[in-house]
Amino acid sequence: MLEALSQRLGAIFARLGNRGRLTEADVNEVAREVRIALLEADVNLAVAKDFVARVKERAVGADVLASLTPAQSVIKIVHDELVTLMGGAVARLQFSDAPPSVIMLVGLQGSGKTTQAAKLALRLKEQGRRSLMIAADVQRPAAIAQLQTLGKQIDVPVYAEQTGDPVGIAQRGLSEARRLGLSTVIVDTAGRLQIDDELMVELERIKERTSPKEILFVADAMTGQEATRVAKGFHDRVGITGVILTKMDGDARGGAALSIHHVTGAPIKFVGVGERVSALEPFHPDRIASRILGMGDVLTLIEKTQSVYTEQQARDLEQKLRRNEFTLDDFLGQLRQVRKMGSMAELVKMIPGLSRALPNVEIDERDVQRIEAIICSMTRRERRYPQILNASRRRRVASGSGTQVSDVNRLVKQFEASRHMMKQLGGGKRPRLPFLGR
Amino acid sequence: MSWFGKLRDALGGSRQSLAEIETLATARRPLDRAFWNELEEVLIAADFGVSTAEKILDGLQAAARRNLWTRSDQVIGRFKRDVESFLTMPESTLRLEARPAVLLIVGVNGTGKTTTIGKLAQDFRTQQKSVMLVAADTFRAAAADQLAVWAQRSGSEFLRGREGSDPSAVVYDGIAAAKARGIDVVLIDTAGRLQTKTNLMEELKKMRRVIERESGAPPAETLLVVDGTTGQNAISQAMLFNEATALTGIVVTKLDSTAKGGVLVGIADTLNVPVKLIGIGEGIEDLRPFEARAFVDALFEPETAA
Repeated sequence: MLEALSQRLGAIFARLGNRGRLTEADVNEVAREVRIALLEADVNLAVAKDFVARVKERAVGADVLASLTPAQSVIKIVHDELVTLMGGAVARLQFSDAPPSVIMLVGLQGSGKTTQAAKLALRLKEQGRRSLMIAADVQRPAAIAQLQTLGKQIDVPVYAEQTGDPVGIAQRGLSEARRLGLSTVIVDTAGRLQIDDELMVELERIKERTSPKEILFVADAMTGQEATRVAKGFHDRVGITGVILTKMDGDARGGAALSIHHVTGAPIKFVGVGERVSALEPFHPDRIASRILGMGDVLTLIEKTQSVYTEQQARDLEQKLRRNEFTLDDFLGQLRQVRKMGSMAELVKMIPGLSRALPNVEIDERDVQRIEAIICSMTRRERRYPQILNASRRRRVASGSGTQVSDVNRLVKQFEASRHMMKQLGGGKRPRLPFLGR
Repeated sequence: MSWFGKLRDALGGSRQSLAEIETLATARRPLDRAFWNELEEVLIAADFGVSTAEKILDGLQAAARRNLWTRSDQVIGRFKRDVESFLTMPESTLRLEARPAVLLIVGVNGTGKTTTIGKLAQDFRTQQKSVMLVAADTFRAAAADQLAVWAQRSGSEFLRGREGSDPSAVVYDGIAAAKARGIDVVLIDTAGRLQTKTNLMEELKKMRRVIERESGAPPAETLLVVDGTTGQNAISQAMLFNEATALTGIVVTKLDSTAKGGVLVGIADTLNVPVKLIGIGEGIEDLRPFEARAFVDALFEPETAA
């Protein structure tokens, strides 16, 4: 997700990184590029303008840290602002003290409400909460049947009436949940336009009758400039408490995430990353901000690795990453492990720097083989200390692996850059600001 | 209300007064920096995307210099004519000559494929054509049930496979049945899929091959259904679906929202595939032929407060 935005900013910062000082003209150039990057990612124009203004203000303002180079300062500011823009920390679901706690899903047609209802129910079930799903969509043909089928799949009961008033259905469903002593109720409402007054009144009435603790706005990650107006439309009428961003498993740049939070103030609580009922993940603003900045997503990488390695192995890896002992050998091991998992493209994106070395979303298997060949053509010592790779060694590696010296150079450079990031990341307890330390 | 009026309302939201319409377009403003910025913002806010907007602005600025224009209405007039002719492509109506005419409907999840098929079926039925709906979405829960409702409403024949079965097998059965029963139009509903999922795109290619083999010709139409509120990702959708299935047309839905669908221009700049239909409401009559002129005019409708 969002890798195109990270490429764009990555290119700017790579250029800035080579300069010692940042002039006002530089700041303006960065501002311009950041604006374009955000707009290309479908961030709303007004939101992008506001964001750029804040970054500029802070960049020329007083809080440029003495310990950082100007380029690092700008990166830090952009990163901070991105995290803020996407809601700060991970936001959890809230439950009311008196069960059943009601969660209401709202949004445009086709954003994925019914699917997310089942995903949420499954997630809650895994946390030991028993839910009832209420099918309050009597508009779309077979919406009820869809929820019932999903309910059967995950073994969660569904309350439905074939016709009638959604307000009454929601109310009767809630009584049913009380009768059954269930802890959570998920109300699946029909998709509607925020400008459809009649249907928005219906939502207001469902809210009034069921007093939901959470009203989650389900939004398509591919939404364009319209995202702010739609989100605001729903927020003004029913007051959304959170957002689920769906279809994030595609190549959508996901600028909608930034826009929606900006206009509603509601945190993005989950992202939908696939069609299976298990494909729902918590939204981590700081991780995604890091990814946008081309810093890779070390935390997710470590989590994913755990499913392949034992926990001990994963801790070792994390230690290595943090202590800057991550060698090309470890990298090669990773690469091979990852290939076994078969989701190369996904994981490469998480390795800092590598996504820029291999920018195409669909990783060409030959590129991977080339990297493997290059590393395999190095001596043990070279893999451990790539800095000893002088020109003659590089020529040897290139001819040994059937590649060009420039390929070797690129790999080493990227690897060094990643290690450098890791080193700075090792300073703090929590890598809130990877790259910058402290 | 006229169809154009309805589109204008739909694309522009509820407009306040006639006087406000096309202020940017009709006002005779000097061609200063503020004007160009405003025009850029209009385009970006309409989802043209930065690169398409820049391309258009570069062209307009060059034309302004060449022709020694001094006023904004000259620029806007040119813009409208250019975009209109750019979006007006030959073959923008549905081709239904083949018998059966097979229409393959594709797109990402939640764009309105099934609903579009339902509306098309009703339209064809009022033209006295015999129609068969084939539910080749065997993945999503109750997708076939949803299509079945439309088949019943429109009085179309209906064929479905088991949930989880191979969609190509359903397509095969559908075409065999349509041939046997002398059906005029076969509408094939496919599961929504993100364009980056290679295996699902391969599945689409296979369906297309089956159609070609069983009916003796490629689908009469392969239509990509795009959600009108989609931003720049729609270009990626159009490109990758076109690679997999050789699109013959695009359907843009949900244009009754306040979205303007400017990404259409970027799509047309990338692919030579015409927009054939647009959806501007829930009713059957709200699935309409695309008209470039109305689209361009609607771009300059005043924004409504959300």
